[in-house]
Amino acid sequence: MTELAAAAPAGAEGASLRPSTRDLSPHMSDAARARLKTRYRAEQRFRAYGIAAISFAMLSLVILLWTILSNGTTAFFQTHIRLDVPVGADRLGLQGSGPWTPTELRLASWDRTINLAMQERFPAVTSRADRNLLSRMVSPGAGEDLRNMVIADPALIGRTVQVWALAASDIDMFWKGHIRRDVPEAERRVNDRTVGWIDDLTARDEIRSQFNTRFFTSASSVRPELVGVAGSVVGTLMTLLVCMALAVPVGVLAAIYLEEYAPKNRITDIIEVNINNLAAVPSIVFGLLGLAVFLNFFGMPRSAPLVGGIVIALMSLPTVIIATRAALRAVPPSIREAALGVGASKMQVILHHVLPLAMPGIMTGTIITLAQALGETAPLLMIGMVAFVTDIPNSVTASATVLPVQIYMWAGSPERGFVEKTSAGIMVLLVLLLAMNAVAIYLRKKFERRW
Amino acid sequence: MPLSTLAIVLFALTVFGFLFGQRRAVAFRAESRARNGPPLHSQPGYHGWFVVIWCGLPALVLLLVWVALEGTIIRSLVIDSLPPEVKSRDESEIQLIMAQLGNVAYGVVTLAQVPETIRDAVASGVGLYNSLRATANAAIWVLALSLCIAGLLYARRRLSPHLRARHTVERVANVILFLCSLIAILTTVGIVLSLVFEATRFFARVPVTEFLFGTVWSPQTAIRADQVGSSGAFGAVPLFAGTLLIATIAMIVALPIGLMSAIYLSEYAPPRVRIVVKPALEILAGIPTVVYGFFAALTVAPAVRALGEAIGLQVAAQSALAAGLVMGIMIVPFVSSLSDDVINAVPQSLRDGSYGLGATRSETVKLVVLPAAIPGIAASFILALSRALGETMIVVMAAGLAANISANPLAAVSTVTVHIAALLVGDQEFDSPKTLSAFALGLVLFVVTLALNLIALRVVQAYREKYD
Repeated sequence: MTELAAAAPAGAEGASLRPSTRDLSPHMSDAARARLKTRYRAEQRFRAYGIAAISFAMLSLVILLWTILSNGTTAFFQTHIRLDVPVGADRLGLQGSGPWTPTELRLASWDRTINLAMQERFPAVTSRADRNLLSRMVSPGAGEDLRNMVIADPALIGRTVQVWALAASDIDMFWKGHIRRDVPEAERRVNDRTVGWIDDLTARDEIRSQFNTRFFTSASSVRPELVGVAGSVVGTLMTLLVCMALAVPVGVLAAIYLEEYAPKNRITDIIEVNINNLAAVPSIVFGLLGLAVFLNFFGMPRSAPLVGGIVIALMSLPTVIIATRAALRAVPPSIREAALGVGASKMQVILHHVLPLAMPGIMTGTIITLAQALGETAPLLMIGMVAFVTDIPNSVTASATVLPVQIYMWAGSPERGFVEKTSAGIMVLLVLLLAMNAVAIYLRKKFERRW
Repeated sequence: MPLSTLAIVLFALTVFGFLFGQRRAVAFRAESRARNGPPLHSQPGYHGWFVVIWCGLPALVLLLVWVALEGTIIRSLVIDSLPPEVKSRDESEIQLIMAQLGNVAYGVVTLAQVPETIRDAVASGVGLYNSLRATANAAIWVLALSLCIAGLLYARRRLSPHLRARHTVERVANVILFLCSLIAILTTVGIVLSLVFEATRFFARVPVTEFLFGTVWSPQTAIRADQVGSSGAFGAVPLFAGTLLIATIAMIVALPIGLMSAIYLSEYAPPRVRIVVKPALEILAGIPTVVYGFFAALTVAPAVRALGEAIGLQVAAQSALAAGLVMGIMIVPFVSSLSDDVINAVPQSLRDGSYGLGATRSETVKLVVLPAAIPGIAASFILALSRALGETMIVVMAAGLAANISANPLAAVSTVTVHIAALLVGDQEFDSPKTLSAFALGLVLFVVTLALNLIALRVVQAYREKYD
């Protein structure tokens, strides 16, 4: 060592005078140097492959999220047109002079009232075809909004009310720039006359974007401007609740049995192999199980969150069991031995000591499993949760859909307006997932214990 | 009265039973202390649970079994009672009659709204249906309540200062735990039985050989007997080929990228990079498949098409390449996290030995770490393949229904899962070969993925024994 250390500077200074140890070493011949160079180059290449792989994965994630965000954010705003609507009893087709019952008001001609107001806003438009075009600029949602406004305050009848009327989806798409002006008229969903009217509205500041509250309060619809996630979010929560009520207790108890009680024998082996296999069965097969057993054999209702919850619970059971077993295993044996030593029975050891200590781990694992279950689509398609549901479901046996299936259905709709709604639905889904994972991480950080 | 009310009543009785047992035990204890007698064998709480086991558990089990079977039994009784000329109609019509009968009985529709062809049949059954339901309802109330009360009385007689309540409770609890772990087995049995049962019904109409080796898949069967050219062809080879093609593309993307990411993360990456990349990969893994499907259909497929056409290639709108590519991206985190675990399990001493001999990092990885980890990595590849084969949403949204046999990644192909979903989504009569074929496809999928999983598990186990 000392010899080498002494020789190195000498070699560096006086290489020409006498051969240094560097030159004498067989590892320092020209051939060896060349070899080393290739080896280092190979090293660099290998490292670059690794970086490339990671970059590809990260880039995919970024592109995916960017696609969703750039398409979806506009869905939270919806275009509205300012209208002065004379709310006359004659226009609404109301008989007599009031007061009218809410039923009469509900059945009145709200769309016609809005359309008349639209025609008065554009008095130059006279031909029948153009008037049709004009009336298609506003969504039926505008009539509904006006109706709700008047039912809440019947005194408005007979007065002229200024409303921001919900624009139809095509107008909305044009205003947001998804339908481009420079496309030839024949290929554009909004024709030149309509564009002229929109310009007229723009010039007078009578068209604007408003926050889309409807998206959070209503269920699905055939019209992109009217859809909302409330129905499917409620369906999702119900399904998750059923899933949780079944999978968590059964999974935790099964894990306790396997981890603490199970004797080492064939039956236990079979159960363990079984659970591991079940965790890797394709989810669509669980859908087939649900269809054949719960719908056809037991005659449970189609499209119900109850059945969806059961199917998802069976699917997440293995994962809950595996997570719980890991948490139980993490509790050190000394705890068990100490409890046994002071005379506790096995059940008491587990219920009073092991389980409470493993609880944070169990909860974290369970929440992450439920988050996965939340995104599950295929098995729910099988049991008919693709039903077109325009109401918010009110019980676990009512027809319902869940958010991922809703996203799937919107994604299959041809209208341009559904692209942004689908993306926005995905954003809501991802936020729910993130929230659940954040809770899990918080629990882990807060209660994590190193033994 | 509805069963939910019964459940609440039973629950209240059980709570009462628990408190009763506990109070009695407390009284026993006080008495025994007053006489300086021996202490109780079990804590009072166990006496409470003892009563619960006798009064709550049997009634609960009865109620669950009843709820599960009531509908099926009543249904078959009503079908038996239908006039013979109705019973002789085919199965799908009887199903329709029963569905309408249920609707009439629950007041969803009135008898007048039922289609005329089956109105008589429905009318003849609805009276019996309603009376059976009423009888069944009364019977379950009487049975469950009497079972609960009888249990309560029996447990009350058994309660004594000498009762070894804890032993009974713990034994019962043990059995319950065991039953819970059996549910996983029951699920597997349920899957196998339902798939095999429906698939046998399918194979009774279409020969197994035609299904496994036929090369034409067009499951449209004639609705009327005189319809032309739609006898239905159930050769599943195009679907198997399509599934393999897309899964292969996915694996070509996922394996190198997943494995290299894992190697980089475990052998090279500085902690700063790990802290960012690991959670990002977890996000990628946590994104629901329906989102990937949307991404594939909206962004990747048009991009692949535009790229292909820019260099003068014919690309189908729903190309296998786009679906496979996105599926590969989905599987990357799966492969990388499994491989990461395996690579980290290789003992550090092996690496140190290699470095000591002067090997570079990449040489150590290639010549020492990977050979040591190869069984685990192989297992992770097999699991990834099984996932690619069973993946549904991406292909449903991005691959379409065209069942072609093609090895061209730019052509449109379809997969097993796409057709399972397409055949069963929506309302369909349940006994046509068309719907039953979905179960045959499901059976194939289940058997293949099961085999892959078993192989992977074997490999992993063998590997674990080597280093533990």
